[in-house]
Amino acid sequence: MSSLAAYWKANQLRLTPWLFLAPGMFMFAVYVIIPIFQSFSISLYDWDGLGARTFIGFDNYVELTDDEAFYTSLKNNVIWLLLYLLAIPAGLFVALFLNQTVTGIRLYKSLFFFPFVISQVVVGLVFAWFYDPSYGLMNVVLGLFGVEPIAVLADERFVTYGIIAAGLWPQTAYCMILYLTGLNAVDPEQIEAGRLDNAKGWRMLWYVILPQLKPATFIAIVVTVIGALRSFDLISIMTDGGPYGTSRVLAFYMYEQAFSEYGFRMGYGAAIAVVLFLIMMIYIAYFLRRMWREETEGL
Amino acid sequence: MLDLLKPSMLLAAGTMLATGAFADTRELVINSNLSDPAPKQALADVVADFEAANPDVDVTVNTFDHEGYKTSIRNFLSADAPDLALWFAGNRMLPYVEAGLFEPVDDVWEENGLNDSLKSAASAMTIDGKKWGVPYTYYQWGVYYRKDLFEQAGAEVPTTWDEFLAAGEALKAAGITPITIGTKYLWTAAGVFDYLNLRTNGYEFHMDLTAGKVEWTDDRVRATMENFKQLVEAGFFLENHAAYSWQEALAPMVQGEAAMYVMGNFAVAPLKEAGLTDDNLGFFQFPAITEGVPLAEDAPTDTIHIAANAKNKDDAKAFLAFIASADQQTKMNATLGQLPVNSGASVNEEDPFLVAGFEMLSNAHGLAQFFDRDAPAEMAKAGMEGFQEFMVKPERLDAILERLEKVRQKVY
Repeated sequence: MSSLAAYWKANQLRLTPWLFLAPGMFMFAVYVIIPIFQSFSISLYDWDGLGARTFIGFDNYVELTDDEAFYTSLKNNVIWLLLYLLAIPAGLFVALFLNQTVTGIRLYKSLFFFPFVISQVVVGLVFAWFYDPSYGLMNVVLGLFGVEPIAVLADERFVTYGIIAAGLWPQTAYCMILYLTGLNAVDPEQIEAGRLDNAKGWRMLWYVILPQLKPATFIAIVVTVIGALRSFDLISIMTDGGPYGTSRVLAFYMYEQAFSEYGFRMGYGAAIAVVLFLIMMIYIAYFLRRMWREETEGL
Repeated sequence: MLDLLKPSMLLAAGTMLATGAFADTRELVINSNLSDPAPKQALADVVADFEAANPDVDVTVNTFDHEGYKTSIRNFLSADAPDLALWFAGNRMLPYVEAGLFEPVDDVWEENGLNDSLKSAASAMTIDGKKWGVPYTYYQWGVYYRKDLFEQAGAEVPTTWDEFLAAGEALKAAGITPITIGTKYLWTAAGVFDYLNLRTNGYEFHMDLTAGKVEWTDDRVRATMENFKQLVEAGFFLENHAAYSWQEALAPMVQGEAAMYVMGNFAVAPLKEAGLTDDNLGFFQFPAITEGVPLAEDAPTDTIHIAANAKNKDDAKAFLAFIASADQQTKMNATLGQLPVNSGASVNEEDPFLVAGFEMLSNAHGLAQFFDRDAPAEMAKAGMEGFQEFMVKPERLDAILERLEKVRQKVY
């Protein structure tokens, strides 16, 4: 007893931080770290999620290399990643537009933020109706100009872009709110100084405002890239991956293989998850490195 | 995204409502996918009768949305098993049988004479020589059509392929889409394929194909697809069908823009709710294609099973015997608007669709379950996706068939 007390006394400073960290580390291990390794180990098996597992080595990955649907999903993921970034300039534009003092501006800001508040499922439904080839608003409007109706969600050429457009709606609102907060922190003295030096319009934005918005831009890129990579709900609601699988992304394909009505391939699903994880890893590594540099070098 | 890999038990837990805590009653839990009003009522009636006959049993029914049920059944069968679960016959029950999650119920069949009264469904309930559940209903597939639109276009109810094509042309000339269909969730396209294949190559070939014994690149499959192509290229199907679910595709038919729907009998209820009546809604058997091929039909059977992890297997078996009885099947299927499996049960004579369906199925050369119940899951998924793609891009036929052949070699 006394020896324990003595040990505690001697090492109190060293032990305390670990004790405080323990609950968080425990949760992080159980819900993040261990599942990552579990997914990887499941991806080496042929398993229906119910019966016995059979170890098949890297066969699932070999099969992936010869799977058209996998390449379609990968390609769509890249399209998502690139086009989703449009939410950042769009959000900035809306934020600049709303960053003024007019009566009722709070109301306008809330209205612009609204799409981010409603559920993605609702966004998906609204856009599915918007695109509906026979009654949808889009085709009614196109019809006024004599354009034949376009079945966006039933046409392999447009479907992914149609879903991304739906996703950009809430994502733009999100980026807007990030920039609005950022704009509040912009130093009015610097703007004043810029004015005195005859800076205005684009030059003012580019050289005076944007550098001060760098933290907001950084966060906007982070949430948008992650949002693009984990896009799932809109696809599931709007097209269910169709027509004939052309709007799938990796996250959706993984779900389909492992959990959907005709799924039952846990190993194959896990292999897709691992690939998606590795893609995210590239990005996360960059993000962590930057954070680390900022903290150590104060960039 | 990795957290998707954790089985979600929320669904199962969410619907488990606390039931009466009477000291000497035994509890029986049924998980059901009958979420539409009429089917839900049908099951509720059976349960009420069962409770009246067995006052010491307290039955709880957990109703799931029928699409969500298909994915949650895996979780609740292994983690928090009910005593009974509703499901489907044929290959659809195979994964649960193989994983040991369903209980064999040969004794229920023996003791209640079900081997005679449910004989027609016995093969669809048998895997490895054992019976794994009890069928409570089945229904016919075929062509539902608008009588008034046929009349308006001067089209006749077809019995042969040429007549079918002629009827379609007449409808098109009158500005009516011949066939409505919504392929967003894929399976509707499989209904069309099933019939084209059953009529072109016959029941035995169709069963061999879904059992993986025939190559997808076989000339006979190509013959089926050639007939399919005729329909696609002549513009028989609703435009933009890939954007619609099967329910959404009912609208053009109700509004008089489309005349036919290759569907199961469950389409009748929503069509009538939307305003159609026996006067303008009709049914006919899918027409013959190849001469001399005996007519076989799609007739999916819905079933009820005992979970292997059930707590109250005795009462569960009593319930199976109860729901298999002629009286209950008569009553239940009158509410469902479907056909009883028990040969002693009677069909609702008031319903012309059921009468027509019953007669058609009684004379059928063979009964297929449905593409996604006859073929294993992975093959079914790939096949249905292929049919949908074919209906949009018929010129890709070769690539589609080769892809399906690749899947076949992997699956079986």
